[in-house]
Amino acid sequence: MAKRIDVSGLTAYYGSHKAIDDISMTVEPRSVTAFIGPSGCGKSTFLRTLNRMHEVTPGGRVEGKVLLDDEDLYGAGVDPVSVRREVGMVFQRPNPFPTMSIFDNVAAGLRLNGNYRKSELNDIVEKSLRGANLWNEVKDRLNKPGSGLSGGQQQRLCIARAIAVEPDVLLMDEPCSALDPISTLAIEDLIGELKERFTIVIVTHNMQQAARVSDRTAFFNLAAVGQPGKLVEIDDTERIFSNPSVQATEDYISGRFG
Amino acid sequence: MSHAAIADKRPGSLRGARLPQWGPYAIAAGSVAAGLGISAGAGLHSSIQWALIAAVLYVLGTYGIAARVEGRRQAKDRVATSFVWVAFLLAVIPLASLVWATVKRGVKVLDGYFLTHSMGVVADSEPGGGIYHAILGSLEQVGLATLIGAPIGVLTAIYLVEYGRGRLAKAVTFFVDVMTGIPSIVAGLFILSIMLMLKMQPFGFAGSLALAILMMPVVVRSTEEMLKLVPNELREASLALGVPKWRTILKVVLPTSIGGITTGVMLAIARIAGETAPVLLLVFGNPFINSNPFEGAQASLPLYIYQQYSQSAGSTYAYDRAWAASLTLIAFVMILNLLARGIARWKAPKTGR
Ligand SMILES: Nc1ncnc2c1ncn2[C@@H]1O[C@H](COP(=O)(O)OP(=O)(O)O)[C@@H](O)[C@H]1O
Ligand SMILES: [Mg+2]
Repeated sequence: MAKRIDVSGLTAYYGSHKAIDDISMTVEPRSVTAFIGPSGCGKSTFLRTLNRMHEVTPGGRVEGKVLLDDEDLYGAGVDPVSVRREVGMVFQRPNPFPTMSIFDNVAAGLRLNGNYRKSELNDIVEKSLRGANLWNEVKDRLNKPGSGLSGGQQQRLCIARAIAVEPDVLLMDEPCSALDPISTLAIEDLIGELKERFTIVIVTHNMQQAARVSDRTAFFNLAAVGQPGKLVEIDDTERIFSNPSVQATEDYISGRFG
Repeated sequence: MSHAAIADKRPGSLRGARLPQWGPYAIAAGSVAAGLGISAGAGLHSSIQWALIAAVLYVLGTYGIAARVEGRRQAKDRVATSFVWVAFLLAVIPLASLVWATVKRGVKVLDGYFLTHSMGVVADSEPGGGIYHAILGSLEQVGLATLIGAPIGVLTAIYLVEYGRGRLAKAVTFFVDVMTGIPSIVAGLFILSIMLMLKMQPFGFAGSLALAILMMPVVVRSTEEMLKLVPNELREASLALGVPKWRTILKVVLPTSIGGITTGVMLAIARIAGETAPVLLLVFGNPFINSNPFEGAQASLPLYIYQQYSQSAGSTYAYDRAWAASLTLIAFVMILNLLARGIARWKAPKTGR
């Protein structure tokens, strides 16, 4: 169940290009933390270092520590595959598996990992779909392909797929940027419910969204194009949006740049 | 000032004059008639000559008439369209006439008897006999070649797309490129040299090995393209669920692309099914039924066609048999193509509601 994330001195590279530099922060369990900042400042890169997806990119390298409760994700002998079972991820564009039905999409994590009991599968799929507020819309067509759903439904299907494996942490990279306002609201409500069970980190370009859903907000910035991104500050969301301690944060939030 | 100049050039209405729907057909018919007329007048007899004259007249006529009626921009558009049509016809006519000739000459002796009997006791200059032994040989040789070539090709492609980085991948890609260019007779000679070293007599499986060499690069190339079409997002979605990479490939990447991969394999099979040279060297040909691909000479369809033509000293019976065997081979390749399409459609990622 929900775990604390403790990042210290994290630097990530793409080949020789340093994308983010020396980032440290703590994310409390059962909370929502929002990452904001201009495009290209390394929010996605940082998010992907939290479940070791960064090294899937050719040339991706990481220095520093990420503690999940007390275990270093980058410690010697840690298997990235097990890390990803504990730290799930939802992507910017909904990406259900096109060859699988709705049911199979939700069951995919369990089936592909091979650790489940057949009798439990139906219950887990229902519970996950209910958890993603999608059950009522799809319960009559669980055997239809997932790609036949609307964009917002597909994204909730992806959330159901991610929570079906019961991770400790859920990472979301701009999960609403491809969705209409109503689907966005549905997902925001869902995030409010999910934080009872998971530690949630969400990247968003939408300030109102960050203000609505998150408890803490982190502002990232980069000195210039081509420079690595840095964490400017992380604080309670209320404080960031009313009285940030760094001028750049205020400029960004009030729309003066970015 | 400049505003007015632009406005002046615009037509008064959004509708311009258009050629009627039947316009292009009328121009085509006129060109053909003119082409025939000119040929007859000039005493040209080749149908290629009048067809080319008609094609040129069609393109020029389209431009002239459309430019007069509709304006220059529409005329250029119509000329581009007419070029596409002419090119299409130039490509289709030889193909259609080939199929037509094969069917016309092939059906003469193609019947149940022909498909179920061998040439065992029939001299090449006599009527009768059949291609059962050749069909059997072809199926066995091509089948074994597929069993070897397809898995190696698919696995190589998976390595190149999903794992390959650096020197080794570059070297493999280079060798696949080189293999694509190997003439089939050279693949046959390569296996033949091994057979001679081991002092072996011709047998079906040796042919299969040469065919597998020819098949592999084709399978690698087509499978590579199919795997590259699978969006990276799907791989990442699976990896982010904590699924190991090999299972991601097996359960997500391959099922998504299996339709295309199968199509590629089928087309590669179709390609090697018509190979004659390596089979001639390695399998040798045999008028009797030999169902064992691992011992003794065998027949095969392309080899049978070649031998009926070359060894029968002008006997029309042998020619008829060669055409009938050609028809069988074309039918086999077409069935494979249809199967490939069917599988591609059946396995395509579903989008319906
Ligand atoms: N796959 C990649 N290969 C190389 N560089 C990358 C890759 N993805 C991102 N980058 C670089 O890393 C930096 C941070 O990008 P990203 O994390 O996507 O920013 P954000 O999500 O904040 O918009 C950018 O300079 C970008 O060019
Ligand atoms: Mg991003």
